[in-house]
Amino acid sequence: MTGRLEATLRARIDGGGKCLVPYITGGYPGWVDSVRACAANGADAIEIGIPFSDPVMDGPVIQQASQIALEAGATPVSIFQEIRNLDVGIPLAVMCYYNTVFHAGHERFANDLVAAGVSAAIVPDLPLEEAGEWCAAADAAGIETVMLAAPTAPDDRLPRVADRARGFVYSVGLLGVTGERAELALTATVLAARVKKITKKPVLIGVGVSNAAQAVEASRVADGVIMGASVVHRMIDGGSEAVGSFVAEVRKALDGATW
Amino acid sequence: MSILQTPGSDGRFGEFGGRFVPETLVPACQELEEAFADAWNDPLFRADLDQLLREYAGRPSMLTECHNLSEQLGIRLILKREDLNHTGSHKINNVLGQVLLAKRMGKKRIVAETGAGQHGVASATAAALLGLECKVYMGEVDVARQELNVFRMRLLGSEVEAVTSGSRTLKDAVNEAMRDWVASVETTHYCLGSVMGPHPYPYMVRQFHRVIGDEAFEQTQELLGTTPDFVVACVGGGSNAMGIFSGFVDTPARLIGVEPAGGAAVSRGQPGVVHGMKSFLMQDEYGQVAEAHSISAGLDYPGVGPEHSYLASIGRAEYPTVTDDEVIKGFQLMSRAEGIIPALECAHAMAWISREAKNMQGKTVLMNLSGRGDKDVGQMMSILKDLT
Repeated sequence: MTGRLEATLRARIDGGGKCLVPYITGGYPGWVDSVRACAANGADAIEIGIPFSDPVMDGPVIQQASQIALEAGATPVSIFQEIRNLDVGIPLAVMCYYNTVFHAGHERFANDLVAAGVSAAIVPDLPLEEAGEWCAAADAAGIETVMLAAPTAPDDRLPRVADRARGFVYSVGLLGVTGERAELALTATVLAARVKKITKKPVLIGVGVSNAAQAVEASRVADGVIMGASVVHRMIDGGSEAVGSFVAEVRKALDGATW
Repeated sequence: MSILQTPGSDGRFGEFGGRFVPETLVPACQELEEAFADAWNDPLFRADLDQLLREYAGRPSMLTECHNLSEQLGIRLILKREDLNHTGSHKINNVLGQVLLAKRMGKKRIVAETGAGQHGVASATAAALLGLECKVYMGEVDVARQELNVFRMRLLGSEVEAVTSGSRTLKDAVNEAMRDWVASVETTHYCLGSVMGPHPYPYMVRQFHRVIGDEAFEQTQELLGTTPDFVVACVGGGSNAMGIFSGFVDTPARLIGVEPAGGAAVSRGQPGVVHGMKSFLMQDEYGQVAEAHSISAGLDYPGVGPEHSYLASIGRAEYPTVTDDEVIKGFQLMSRAEGIIPALECAHAMAWISREAKNMQGKTVLMNLSGRGDKDVGQMMSILKDLT
């Protein structure tokens, strides 16, 4: 069965468009306004980060936002409560490190997501081989588990990653942690093309997609992009208004490009 | 069958261990697993490593009978002298193995994390010897309390980066080293410094350190004609303890891993996942990893190697704690009674032995003296002001 996240992305793709999924650090002061600003300015879905003490896949910007959110008292429970009161009309995915899931318990965490109205989960330190227990709980609860495909994956691994992915396949844009880069890495489109070849699921490039031009460049091959650090740094510097105008700018560039 | 397990491809010791890393690192961990298995079974690799351990590190390390402390405490105390290895601790055993392996795998660069600086110095040393580039990540707090070791690493030609995120200690240094590795995995080997991290590290690092236990088993057989009643070591990540436990896990000896009260993963933690492994972990009610607090930078770690969690879960090893105050007393006790200044890490083991000696009267106690205390003298000068 196709979940809400995949169905929403699929509708955008089938309409000839490209998907835009901004990332917002949950619990950061004023984050709910930034989520609303993303939804109001053309996001197809929103990824909400649950801050963790040891975010090994994240670079300085998201680390900083996570630390500020934790210092402000954010917990998974407080973030879920705020998500429950959000009615932005588009699917939400949470990004969380595995200990957050493991500590809560797989089934409880999946049920908490459902209760909060979250459609999907991305767990960046839970590779295919370790994902069985979580995926079983998530599948049973109807939560779509997005899997990450990495540039280092050999050809025989990608189909297994894509098969297990729900919602979309997260095609990691570069060798490295989240953060803005001056240019889109060559590996971004190379990997997305490899993944597109072996799956019909939506393929979105994330990590190192830093501005509207790079979003367009990435979407020449992929079905769209996830934008994290570039959105979060605007939230830190300029709040929800800056987030809204940046998302609108990327949306406009994606809608204006010819594919 | 030995209690010491060779984990399968799932990297498990019982329910602990595993490989909880970003997708980007999975192929590198698999490649390392294969390369290590291949090297470990290759007599030429083993001969190269043995030669380095003998001619460079100074192995085998000897046993020292502590006559004064034995008389004072009413036990028979024997030290395994890893402090006499080149670079001053057991860390060199693992590092020579890993750097030799990194070269064999064609890597040009290593990254390492360090707490007290012992693993960082050992990594910098091996990199200098074997001609690899080396970058060491060290928490800002530890850089301040171990400035001599920072200078040593730089002197040896390594780059040292002070880590300013999180608690600015060992756990954050591991995070930063992993972030570097995610970006540099094609040219770089992550030279992890303890029996922790994703599979195959806990197993591989234990294999590189089991030389401690294998030697100590032979040496105690020769000295005592039997095995000691107790084998005691300090535990942060737990590499020196796994090394010496390896030689005695299948004997009747009681295995004691001494944790700092402020970093007691086994006795105060719950199962959790961080740094690529499932193991006992100090954490809050939402699974946020707690910050450890220990007088010793090398034990300032909220987790523990997964094989220790396994040994604890089956009741084969015990993991008591000691306080910083007890450690300071242990540090002075060994210095004055035996003329040996122990690393603050090892002073934890000494502190436990001295506290529990009343319950071990007449027993034989083998303690792994995993490092020398020179690096801690500056820090202790500010604590033991009445001596200055």
